[in-house]
Amino acid sequence: MIGEMAQTRRYSEQAKLVALRSAPLILFAIVIALFSLLSDRFLTVQNFLNILTQSSHVAILGIGMTFVLLIAGIDLSVGAIMFLAVAVMSIYVPDATPVTGFLTCLAVGIAFGAVNAVVITWVRIAAFIATLSALFIGRGIALYITETRMAFMNMDILSLGRLAYLGIPWAIWVFAAVFLVAFVTLRSTPFGRQLYAIGENRSAALKAGINVNAIQFAVYVISGACAGIAGFVSITQVGAASATFGLEKEFAAIAAAVLGGTSLFGGRGGVVGTVFGAVLIQTAYSGLVIINANPYIYPLVTASIIFVAVFVDSQRVRILETINRRTIRVEEA
Amino acid sequence: MTEPLLRITDLQKSFFGVKVLHGVSLTLDRGEVMGLVGENGSGKSTTMNLLGGVLRLETGEILIDGVPYNPRSPRDAQEAGIAFIHQELNLFENLSIEENMFIGGFPRLTGLPFIARAGMRRRAAAALARVRIGHDPATPLARLSQGERQLVEIARALLQDARIIIFDEPTTSLTHRETSRLFELIGELKASGIAIIYISHVLADIFRLCDTITVLRDGHVVGGGPASELTAEDLIRLMVGRSLSQIFPDRTPVEPGPAILDVERLSQPGIVRDITFQVRAGEVVGISGLMGAGRSELARILFGLDPFASGTIRFAGETIPAPEPRDMIRRGMAFLTEDRRGEGLMMEATIEENIALPSVDDFASAPFGRVDRARLRRAVRQIGDEVRISRTKDVGETPAQTLSGGNQQKVVLAKWLLRRPKLLVLDEPTRGIDVGAKFEVYKIIDQAAASGAGVLMISSELEELMGMCDRILVMAHGEIRQEFARASFNGERILEAAMWSPKTGEVAA
Repeated sequence: MIGEMAQTRRYSEQAKLVALRSAPLILFAIVIALFSLLSDRFLTVQNFLNILTQSSHVAILGIGMTFVLLIAGIDLSVGAIMFLAVAVMSIYVPDATPVTGFLTCLAVGIAFGAVNAVVITWVRIAAFIATLSALFIGRGIALYITETRMAFMNMDILSLGRLAYLGIPWAIWVFAAVFLVAFVTLRSTPFGRQLYAIGENRSAALKAGINVNAIQFAVYVISGACAGIAGFVSITQVGAASATFGLEKEFAAIAAAVLGGTSLFGGRGGVVGTVFGAVLIQTAYSGLVIINANPYIYPLVTASIIFVAVFVDSQRVRILETINRRTIRVEEA
Repeated sequence: MTEPLLRITDLQKSFFGVKVLHGVSLTLDRGEVMGLVGENGSGKSTTMNLLGGVLRLETGEILIDGVPYNPRSPRDAQEAGIAFIHQELNLFENLSIEENMFIGGFPRLTGLPFIARAGMRRRAAAALARVRIGHDPATPLARLSQGERQLVEIARALLQDARIIIFDEPTTSLTHRETSRLFELIGELKASGIAIIYISHVLADIFRLCDTITVLRDGHVVGGGPASELTAEDLIRLMVGRSLSQIFPDRTPVEPGPAILDVERLSQPGIVRDITFQVRAGEVVGISGLMGAGRSELARILFGLDPFASGTIRFAGETIPAPEPRDMIRRGMAFLTEDRRGEGLMMEATIEENIALPSVDDFASAPFGRVDRARLRRAVRQIGDEVRISRTKDVGETPAQTLSGGNQQKVVLAKWLLRRPKLLVLDEPTRGIDVGAKFEVYKIIDQAAASGAGVLMISSELEELMGMCDRILVMAHGEIRQEFARASFNGERILEAAMWSPKTGEVAA
C-alpha cells in the first residue's frame, strides 16, 4: 500500500520534472507567438538573422560559462575579459588585421582565464570570490590602458561587421563554430564526459581516478577564451569600446545557460540549451524594439525571464532531491 | 608455501593525533572470500581505505603478490588490481552505464581526442553480460535500480582486471532477489580466482559467503580464522570485547520525574516505523544501533528538522503536531548534532559567540532589544567553567577551530546548557575526542540528568551507552527492536538486536 503510494508520487514528480525541463521551450513559443501577433515585421528571415547576430556574443560567453557551470563553478569575470581583450587589441595592436585581432583577443582571454584557473585550482580561493575580484582587476587594467577613453578599432576590423558569407553574417559563423566545437567536446571527448562526472559528484570523480584539478583548470581557460572571442565579435558590431563595454555580460551569460537548462549546481545541462537561452533573451529584446516598447521596460523583461529560469531550476533540483532522498528501510509493497 | 596474493603487515594510522589502527595484519589468497567484521569505528573502513588508496599509508607494509604496494590515490589502487565497492556507490547518475564504467579512462579513436564509442560499447556489453545485466550500455544510469547499479560497479571492476574486490556493506540497499544475485556473482568471481574482502554486519551473510573471517576491534585484529570453525556467538563476543573498566563516572542517583518526551507510534515512510518511547526527567536513555539504523534521523524528526507522517510527539506534556527547531529550542529541547564541525559550531567564531548563539534573545533588553554584553559574557564564562572548557584560552578571543575536539564538544554542550534545557538530545557526543575529554563529557551528562533534565543519547559506542544510560533502546532498520534496562544490560544481546535484519527475519546467526 505505502509502496504503491510512493510509486504514484514518484511518477507524478517525474511528470513535473518533464514539464519543468520543457519550460524554456514553452516560454520561447509564447514569446514568438506574442510578438508575431503584435507586429507583422517580427516573424521574418531578416529579423531572425538580426536576432542571431545580436545574440552571438552572449551565446559565445554563455557557451564558455556552461563549461564552468557544469563543474558547479562560476566565472564572473567574463564581461571584464571582453573589455580587456578589446582594449589590449586597440592600444597595443592598432593595425590589427581581422586575423591578428582575433588572435590577440583570444590570447588575452586564455591568459586571463588561466590566471583565474590558477587562483581557483591551486590557491584554492572560491570561484565566486576569485572571479569577482578578477572582474574588477580586468576592468581596472582595461580602463588604465585606455586611459578611460573610447577605444576605437581600425577600418579593417570594422569592415567585419558587414561581412557575410552565403548571406549569413560573419558573427553567426563564429557563433556556430564555437558552438560546434563545444558541443562535440562535451559529447564525445573523455574531457567532456569527465567534466559532467565532476559536476555530479566531485569526490566520487576523484575516487574514480579523474584528474579533477586539470579539468577544472581547463574549464576556466575555456571560459576565458570564449570571453576573448565574444569581445572580438561584439566590437566588430559596435565599432568602439567605451568604459561600459562588456559590463554585466557575465549575468547575461549565466542567464542564457540557466535558461537553457544548465544547473547552477553542476552536472546537468549543455550548450544546446545555452544557445537557445541566449537567442530567447535576444528574441524578447527584438520583439520589444519592433513594437516600440518603452526602453525602460527592457531590463524588467530580462529580469522576469531570468527569474523564471532560476525558479524552474530550483524547482527541478528540489524535486530531484525528494526523488533521490536516502531511505533507511525498504517499505514492503 | 607460496606467497599469498595480499599480505598486510602491521598497519597503523592516526587521525589528528588519535590512533585508530594499532598494527593490523592479515593475508588473503587467490579465490578466497574473507569476511571482515567489527563494530562501527573498529577500523574496518580505515584499513580498507588504506588498501583502496583513499588514505595514505603511515606505518606498515602491504604486499601484493610479494611486491610492495603503496597507493597514493584510488587510481594507483585500480592499477594494482584493487577495486573498492563502497557502500555509497561511486557512480554518476547523469551519465550512461558505459560512461560510468569507463569514466576513469576512456578508450579513444587512434590519434584523435574522441571517445571510441563502438569499442567502448562492445567491451561494456561483454562485462555487463558477465554480471548478467541486460540493459543497453548506453542506458542512463539513473534508470537502474540500486542492485543493478552495484552490478555495474562490479562490471567496472572486472573491466579493470581487478584481482581483489572489496565490498563494503553491499546489501544494505538491495532487495532480497538482488542480494541472492550478488552472492551468486561473488561465487563466480571467487571461482575465477579473484580474491574478495567482504565487510558486513549481517553475520548470516558472512557465514554464507566467506572462507575466512577476521574480527577487528578498536583498531586491532582480535580474532578470526576459517569460517567453519567460528560461530556467530564467537564473533559477537570478539566484537564487543573487554568488560567495562572505570572509564565512566558514577551516576548520581536521581528519582526519575514525569515524562519530558513522549513519543507514540511515530512513523515516516522509508525512515522510521512505529517508534514509541519516553524520556523522563533525570533519566539518561540511550539509542544503540548500527550505522544507518535511523537513530540520527529519529533525532532530526524530534527536533523538527525533518517531517513525520504519523504518530504523536509530546514534549513536557504538550502535544507538538509539527515540531520546528526554533520552537523546540524555546520549549527547552537541545540538540547536539553528530557533525560537530559542520553543524554544531561556527568554527571561525569565538567560544563566546558560539555559546551565546541560541541564548542571545534572553540577554536582550526591551525596548530596542539591545544585547547586554556584560551580563551575557558573565553567563558564558560561568557555564564555560562549569563544563571546564580549557581556561588558558580567552572565551572572547579564541575561535572555536583552534580548540581540541574535546574542548569543541564542551563548547557545544555549554551552548545548550546555558539554556537550562529540559531535554538534551545528544548524537554521538564523544565522537573523535580523546579518553580524558570523554570522561568530562560523561560527567556533564550526569550533572545535567542530576539537575532534572532528560537526556537522549545516541551512540555507536556500546560501552559508553552501557556505562551512562538508565535504559537503552536498540534500533535496526528504522524500528526500535528491543529495550534494555540498566540491570539487564548485555553487550552481546544488544549487538544481536542491532543486527536484526528484515531479510533474514531473525538475528544474523
